[in-house]
Amino acid sequence: MRQSSVLEVTTGLFVVLGIAALFYLATQTTDYRTVSGSQSYIVRAYFNNVGGLHVGAPVQMGGVTVGRVVGIHYSMKRYQAVIRMALEDRDAHIPSDSTASILTQGVLGQQYVGISPGGAPTFLKNGSTIHFTQSAIILEHLLGQLLTHGSSGKGK
Amino acid sequence: MPIRLILDFLAAVGQRAWFFGATCVAAPRALRRPALIVEQVFFVGSVSVILIGVGGLFVGLVLALQFYTALSRFGATSSLGGLVALALLRELGPVLTALLFAGRAGTSLASELGLMRATRQIDAMEVMAVDPMRRIVAPRFLAGIVSMPLLAGIFSAMGILGAYLVGVKMMGLDPGVFWSSMQHEVSFHSDFVNGLIKSAVFGAACTLIAVYEGFHARPSAEGVGQATTRSVVISSMAILALDFILTAFMY
Repeated sequence: MRQSSVLEVTTGLFVVLGIAALFYLATQTTDYRTVSGSQSYIVRAYFNNVGGLHVGAPVQMGGVTVGRVVGIHYSMKRYQAVIRMALEDRDAHIPSDSTASILTQGVLGQQYVGISPGGAPTFLKNGSTIHFTQSAIILEHLLGQLLTHGSSGKGK
Repeated sequence: MPIRLILDFLAAVGQRAWFFGATCVAAPRALRRPALIVEQVFFVGSVSVILIGVGGLFVGLVLALQFYTALSRFGATSSLGGLVALALLRELGPVLTALLFAGRAGTSLASELGLMRATRQIDAMEVMAVDPMRRIVAPRFLAGIVSMPLLAGIFSAMGILGAYLVGVKMMGLDPGVFWSSMQHEVSFHSDFVNGLIKSAVFGAACTLIAVYEGFHARPSAEGVGQATTRSVVISSMAILALDFILTAFMY
């Protein structure tokens, strides 16, 4: 009896310890809270070029994450890239004439979507589209422009 | 005689596949005796906690030291937490836990069953119409599947604690930056859940290999020793190969 109770206590300790470790890892070290927090709604935006943006990238307003990119496709109707964003419901008052732009964190950081609010009295709903967009800045294009401008400037 | 070798190899694979199938059939019936499974969770899981915890702590310490020196060259030490957590949850946690488990619990399983075979306890059970698959093999198999994810969780948590000690306490990183980079980098679904699935698969493979080798050991002192050695060798190779396959499918 004594033997079996020691065995049971140690086994219970192991199981509790293991589950506690898993719970801790799941809630403290992952993005669990931001993924499955509040209810979200989907908003679309068309871009000429999404650059290196990928699914899961944050959507930020004023540097605060308010949602995530959940899908990136190419629309053959508009010949533009279309991204779908899941925005958290607690931020449901984003004016419908807001601007979405693809920005980069730091020089070599990850790309994210920044939303700067407009002034319209109507708000974005589930399924609505952000009409004002600003594409990603492609470093190669920028360098190309810089080089051609630089050389033409020299020529004069 | 290469054909002979190929046939032997195929027979060995086939025997293991049959054993796996028989274990899977016996497993649901073994669930009716949960006391047997709890006992085995103690023998394969609880006794490994200290080894796994200390191992995880030191792996975390070393990882953080290595990453810190590498990242400081690029001035990117702020992503130390995320890198360590990703490495631990995705790869190192499940794989190293399984390798330690194969050495700690796998060997004891193989030698225990080998000795049972050598002392004819398994034959005695069959004579008494007790199905050894159901009574001996299946509870150990299920205990392995239960224990391994828990052990891998302890390993990763201790590793992250080790990384915290080196990064924040020793190197002076900001604790807020350390934890937030972790929450930013690590995804719940693709990293945490996949790591759990991986370790459950490793647990099944490890215990199955150890139990098979012990169950089919030659009934002599030498045979038990060989079975134990083989169980570690085959488990280690199986873990590393399975890890490659699972990683290729998951990410």
